[in-house]
Amino acid sequence: MEGNIILKFENVGKQFDGNRVLKDVSFTLKKGEILGLVGENGAGKSTLMNILFGINVIQETGGYEGNVYFDGKKVVFKSPFEALNSGIGMVHQEFSLIPGFTAAENILLNTEKTKPNIISKIFGKRLETIDEKEMRKSAQKGIETLGVDIDSDTLISEMPVGHKQFVEIAREIDREKVKLLILDEPTAVLTESEAEILLKAIRNLANSGVGIIFISHRLNEIISVCDKLVVLRDGAVVVERSVGGVEIKQIAEWMVGRSVEGEKNFHSKIQDISNDKDIILDVKNLWVDMPGEIVRDVSFKVRRGEIFGIGGLTGQGKLGIPNGIMGLFPSGGEIIFNDKNLPLNNTYNSLKSGLAFVSEDRRGVGLLLDEPIDMNIAFNAMQVHDKFVKKFLGGFIKWCDNRAIRECAKKYIKELDIKCTSAKQKARQLSGGNQQKVCLAKAFALEPTLLFVSEPTRGIDVGAKKLVLDALRGYNEKNNTTIVMISSELEELRAICNRIAIVSEGEIVGILSAKAPIADFGLLMSGIDKLEEEGEDNE
Amino acid sequence: MQIKNNSIEKFLINSAVPILFILISSIAIPLSKFSGIYLVREIVTRLTRDTFLVLSLLIPVMAGMGINFGMVLGAMAGQIGLIFVTDWGVKGVLGLVIAMIISTPISILLGYFSGAVLNRSKGREMITAMMLALFISGIYQFFLLYLCGSIIPIKNYKLLLSRGYGIRNAINLDTAGAFDRLLRIKIRGVSVSFGTILIIVAICIFTTWFRKTKLGQNMRAVGQDMVVADSAGIKVDKTRIQAIIISTVLACYGQIIYLQNIGTINTYNGADQAALFAAAALLVGGATVSRATITNAVVGTALFHLMFIVMPMAGKNLTGSAMLGEYFRMFISYGIVTIALVLHSWKRQKDREMARVQFRVNVKALK
Repeated sequence: MEGNIILKFENVGKQFDGNRVLKDVSFTLKKGEILGLVGENGAGKSTLMNILFGINVIQETGGYEGNVYFDGKKVVFKSPFEALNSGIGMVHQEFSLIPGFTAAENILLNTEKTKPNIISKIFGKRLETIDEKEMRKSAQKGIETLGVDIDSDTLISEMPVGHKQFVEIAREIDREKVKLLILDEPTAVLTESEAEILLKAIRNLANSGVGIIFISHRLNEIISVCDKLVVLRDGAVVVERSVGGVEIKQIAEWMVGRSVEGEKNFHSKIQDISNDKDIILDVKNLWVDMPGEIVRDVSFKVRRGEIFGIGGLTGQGKLGIPNGIMGLFPSGGEIIFNDKNLPLNNTYNSLKSGLAFVSEDRRGVGLLLDEPIDMNIAFNAMQVHDKFVKKFLGGFIKWCDNRAIRECAKKYIKELDIKCTSAKQKARQLSGGNQQKVCLAKAFALEPTLLFVSEPTRGIDVGAKKLVLDALRGYNEKNNTTIVMISSELEELRAICNRIAIVSEGEIVGILSAKAPIADFGLLMSGIDKLEEEGEDNE
Repeated sequence: MQIKNNSIEKFLINSAVPILFILISSIAIPLSKFSGIYLVREIVTRLTRDTFLVLSLLIPVMAGMGINFGMVLGAMAGQIGLIFVTDWGVKGVLGLVIAMIISTPISILLGYFSGAVLNRSKGREMITAMMLALFISGIYQFFLLYLCGSIIPIKNYKLLLSRGYGIRNAINLDTAGAFDRLLRIKIRGVSVSFGTILIIVAICIFTTWFRKTKLGQNMRAVGQDMVVADSAGIKVDKTRIQAIIISTVLACYGQIIYLQNIGTINTYNGADQAALFAAAALLVGGATVSRATITNAVVGTALFHLMFIVMPMAGKNLTGSAMLGEYFRMFISYGIVTIALVLHSWKRQKDREMARVQFRVNVKALK
């Protein structure tokens, strides 16, 4: 049996700057087997694949622990090329196709079929003419192995996303000696019928002896196509078993089911906001063109005084929602805020009408890094509401009211426990957690009626996390400010929100009460809602 | 699901610049009071004179490096070749061919240098190449002004400044018109130099053929997405350098063709404007800094020079002052580059908007 094993991870671990992301990962994959790899964001899937593929980041940050065996030999790939040459193919989440090239040109990129001519005989192979006929034939063959019907002469830019995905896979399997294929969320952009074709194609490939690692958040696909299942949670393998007899719900629980102790620290606000009587924000058919976080069609209502959570996996569009409403990315649809129509694509207007936004891009959008803390806190309020401003000559000349700015900064430094030498310290010099607090203070200084908070705890330590969340809830209770919080961490959403909407593939797939069982959230994130019947059959 | 009228709108947006120029010309031509036959003769002359230079810009655009303002380097190499040939007294077509042979290694060297510099400034190739051209221009002037006649022997005293070394500011070429006189045929009073035109056709065929070679394919891939090309194992930097070398060598030949038509070399300033005018012509033809075809080059050269001929006269007739007419000419040629660049980014924005609209339609269709 030993000879049948194509890939073996043995006690693989990895840490970035003392932050452990993988520990003791061991599993095996046989030839012709499809292994489904599932886990939440940050569970370590991508790091694991980066290790296997020899992505530079891994080497630069001190390599990894444990051993990887590929095709019977211990391997340490120093670059993706080495991995490619030894027979590992990878299809990424983002397309690495050239849009202005045809399918055939992309499939055979840098392995083009050429024929010699007089000039190439003198000046070398690089001047050989491209043999379009051969290329077409070869590409068509690759596409046919997948069992789809795509014209190899079509430009990539004119193809539906589904076809792009097939072209990408066809390119990987075109390399003749591919032994292991990694598919990272290959179905994320496909319609259901396309996904079915793809799954069949994957099965065909496996039958021809290729080992496949299939990463997907659509758990039903894992069940229907995979032979084997590996669940990663917080960097460790929690389950390694055959797929037979496993239910979707069970996988979802394995994925998200972490200890519930953390929850005891928080108590959801007990205030009855249980009906749709008093709506502060009504979003209808919102779309946002934010690269990597595209919002397709989203409608939801936020009740006055609640903390409304928006969760979902990375890249599904949850971040696009606040960025679109605040006018940071092109968007469309209808927003009714406080019974008034809010024009989109106009950031100043959004701020002026009482919205505020704590961006997930703290250092880029959130802060003026080379300005002192007090200026950062006061900046938006000065710009938008003319606060902290002394007016002369009937408003013709405006001066900063430095004293008021300092007072205000002192107040927030005390309230939010911002650790700094003084209010004059530059924002750049603060730690991530304290920068985040300055961002919050900046939003609070606007005295918003509705506050968007995007990934407030990303990249900050546990202690600061709690403080930030407490500050948010405190502000909500004290001022009855409505808060819409967007986060990848379901736990923190459940800890402080009243209701949580889950975004998947640019749309809201469901809105649940924060008290709903955790497995329900896991199911929503896995895009299972569309297969409700199937789910029930399993129960 | 395609949006209706998409293709017509797309065509109009794509050819916004040429359309704008046709409009301006159609107003300016009657104002200039030039006769049709005069205009045709002028344009034919200028097409044979300039098209080669414009065509030399195509390959770097294909490789995603924008308009190669560094083609000036090639033009300088071509001038050095011509100066030597004039010194040695080689005349006619043979003289031009020898000039090309001398200047080819110089322009390959300069092209390699230029390409290597541009590889260190990816994404800002155009401005870098422009500055680089100014820098090399300094070295070029030093070479001709101090080295020629002192260290490098120049025996023809007519070429030298009166102080005994350094090349004169203006040089008459013995090789003037050598290519043009080949196969010159008069058609209805318009003399057409089929010799030069054949050379231009040859370069068009070369460019078309080159696109279909492995190297051409690599350049297109690098031009569209360096990251993807790199991950497919294409040597990005090497490919880009090769694109610039080819362009520089072609620009060198282009300048030789241009100068044999003019008949004199403006030694120290002659090359400076070459890139600007070639770039303007290409852009006027509807090319962008990321997509340029042979048609763009030819149409652009014709339109740009039509404007160039007509504008000063139209300005003069309109204002009654020849000075103002001349001012019009400069204003137009620099203005064109600006407008074309602005329109390019406007077009990109339009493309993005159209893609977005298409995306919205697709989302709705799915429902």
